[in-house]
Amino acid sequence: MRFAVIQFPGSNCDVDLLHAIRDGVGEEAEYVPHTADSLEGFDGVLLPGGFSYGDYLRSGAISRFSNIMSEVSRFAEEGKPVFGTCNGFQILVEAGLLPGALQRNKQLHFICKTTELKVDNNQTKFTSKYQKDEVLTIPIAHGEGSFYCDDDTLADLKANNQIVFTYASDNPNGSIENIAGIINKKGNVLGMMPHPERAVEDLLGSSDGLRFFQSMISNFVKETADV
Amino acid sequence: MYNVKVYVTYKESILDPQGEAVRGAVHRMGFDEIDDIRIGKYFEIKVSKQEERSVEDVIETVCDKLLANVVMETYRYEIEEVKETV
Repeated sequence: MRFAVIQFPGSNCDVDLLHAIRDGVGEEAEYVPHTADSLEGFDGVLLPGGFSYGDYLRSGAISRFSNIMSEVSRFAEEGKPVFGTCNGFQILVEAGLLPGALQRNKQLHFICKTTELKVDNNQTKFTSKYQKDEVLTIPIAHGEGSFYCDDDTLADLKANNQIVFTYASDNPNGSIENIAGIINKKGNVLGMMPHPERAVEDLLGSSDGLRFFQSMISNFVKETADV
Repeated sequence: MYNVKVYVTYKESILDPQGEAVRGAVHRMGFDEIDDIRIGKYFEIKVSKQEERSVEDVIETVCDKLLANVVMETYRYEIEEVKETV
């Protein structure tokens, strides 16, 4: 499986994603600049964390109009896998590929720490290698990660099992219903504030993120093989 | 030519953590009569006249798509026409 890691001006977790794919799960990954206009030859798209465009205006607001993003939307419409972590998640909600919005953390400070993350839905192509309600150790690092949506959207997210990850113990940012990560209705676009790509080796504290990428690879590759 | 002022603020139902923090500071300054502070964004925009689309359409589209996130924010604007000096 060949992944595109999109590089926006100010992305800073692009290297982590490339490392997770190449060295963590042994698949192919290449950087694709935000100025590119094609995702030809790629089977999956990864939007990295960081501070694209300095978080000017709102996190992700300016990146969403990058050249490559119309191609990312088209890629998502075709049912191909798109994953955004942290700033990547912010870009996906700004682009309307996922519902809701990400607000400044309730406690105001930037939080960089390891969190306990609960798998609420393991019936997705991103989480099938986890147990339902399994608690993972995954780091977070963000200042604007408080997920917000209106009541109707929340009811919709619940009805369609779109809430994939929640904070298991302390809610670090004040997100509604402890939401940490959601998926679109179609099941091929997932965004989350925590960083599974920073949890791919025990030496650095946790390898719980590995199965996230392994799930993606086995499910989306299987799908391509079936066609 | 138009000068447009756009104000983007959080919807009333949305908590504004920055505003809360500033309110805490003014209370520590001794101004207990300040009940609430909410922080928003202010834009000054210059728009040239166009035949095809109205300045209102341009501003509303730009606000809806970029300047405000309508999931949590709302906006208002003022348009002032400026006579071009030849």
